[in-house]
Amino acid sequence: MTPITPQFVLRLCALGVFIVLIQVAAVSQVQIFGTNADLLPLCVGAVGLLCGSMTGAVFGFGVGLFADTALVQTMGLSSLVYVAAGYVAGRLRELRDPQAAIVPMVVGALSTAIATLGFGLMNFMLGIDAPVSFLLLRQILATIILNALIALPVYALVRRWLLPALPEDPRRRRRRAYTTGGLSPLSRA
Amino acid sequence: MYDKTVRRRRAVLALLVVSSLILLTAYFGESAGGGLHSVQRGIMSVVAPIQEGASRALKPVRDLFGWVGDTLDAKGDLEKAEKDRDAWQKRAIASEDALRQNRHLRQLLDLDTTLGLDQYQPVTSRVIGKSPTVWYQTLDIDKGTSAGVHAGMPVIATDGSGDGTGLIGRVDFVARNAAKVRLITDSKVAVSARVLKNDVFGVVAPKVGDPEDLVLKYTTRDDFVRPKDVIVTTGTTSARGDIQSPFPPGIPIGQVTRVDEEQTDAQEVHLKPFVDLRRVEFVQVLTRRVNGNRE
Repeated sequence: MTPITPQFVLRLCALGVFIVLIQVAAVSQVQIFGTNADLLPLCVGAVGLLCGSMTGAVFGFGVGLFADTALVQTMGLSSLVYVAAGYVAGRLRELRDPQAAIVPMVVGALSTAIATLGFGLMNFMLGIDAPVSFLLLRQILATIILNALIALPVYALVRRWLLPALPEDPRRRRRRAYTTGGLSPLSRA
Repeated sequence: MYDKTVRRRRAVLALLVVSSLILLTAYFGESAGGGLHSVQRGIMSVVAPIQEGASRALKPVRDLFGWVGDTLDAKGDLEKAEKDRDAWQKRAIASEDALRQNRHLRQLLDLDTTLGLDQYQPVTSRVIGKSPTVWYQTLDIDKGTSAGVHAGMPVIATDGSGDGTGLIGRVDFVARNAAKVRLITDSKVAVSARVLKNDVFGVVAPKVGDPEDLVLKYTTRDDFVRPKDVIVTTGTTSARGDIQSPFPPGIPIGQVTRVDEEQTDAQEVHLKPFVDLRRVEFVQVLTRRVNGNRE
């Protein structure tokens, strides 16, 4: 579990506020392939993947709450959905710890799928009139694909932002030692 | 230690979910002037200027992406427009082609009526191949023995222009469903002909290599021929039954363009075929010989 330090909390808060503002002020106004990218689930998924399930869930809750408040949406809805997205991404790291380069992309697509489908389900349960049409499903699918495409750079930026506040990854430390002139484990043996 | 961590994680998750559900319930339960709505209004009034500033600051980025999107859309529109254009172009070409074919066939029909060629049982055929050389010696047509076409039969055609109708050659080689027509511009073809207005007789032979030029040979110094005189086939002139012209009489061949060494024994009458042999699309093979091709 990631140790909670003030610097880490501050960076997470700044990231949450920044990402919501960017999403509202710019990204949601840019149409690509007939749909908009959604940075929020990507960011929540990336935090979950980097910091674990609990941090991911809390960050998701916070981002959702801020988004609902700032955008005057139904409060609690985004929070609930992003809690799920952050938690699932974090659990994936904790249980599998996947190392493939494509993992952020898969997690981005998964987080977006949880978010978009979760919104749809919640709206349906809350009785909000949103007809499930082919157009809507196509839009959801397009968003998931678009988010998957931009997941890697978003993950890289989030990682870069949080890295100073994250504990040093033993795997990263080992790789660095080996590639910067340290002895190979074989030669040491 | 592990159990504690798991319990803690589950507790946090449950707390977050419950908080969300409480927020949802409370939000739905309260009126527009309720506490949560007031918080939203307050946050919104704080965030709105930041949002506006961010929106202004990020406008170039939006514009850039918008430009890229518009460009992609425009490219898509362009591709669609190009496809539409190609489709319309194909239809226009097909219409134009149909019109041209119609004109050719009408002229062939007129030729039959004017020259009384019905009695020769003309078989209309489409040109399916042309000699690839500049000599324009042969044409391939899509009718053969199955349609009653045989070697030696005369072939007439129209080129689609107003007066471009007349004799173009004779069938040289026949298969079941195709035939080869040797044109009057081939050196192997000679047609007995006469000047329409004054019955000057001769033989039309090609000026090899120039499909626009034929020569009326064997005229004498006393044969008076002028440019623009019309040359037609003579048909059979011999009284002998075993010498018959393959060409019926009175079929237009061409028009005199010039006369070299006029009024001498070396007089050479040049004529231009009525039919532009490069533009022939349909031909008619005269499949029946009437009265030994005599007038």
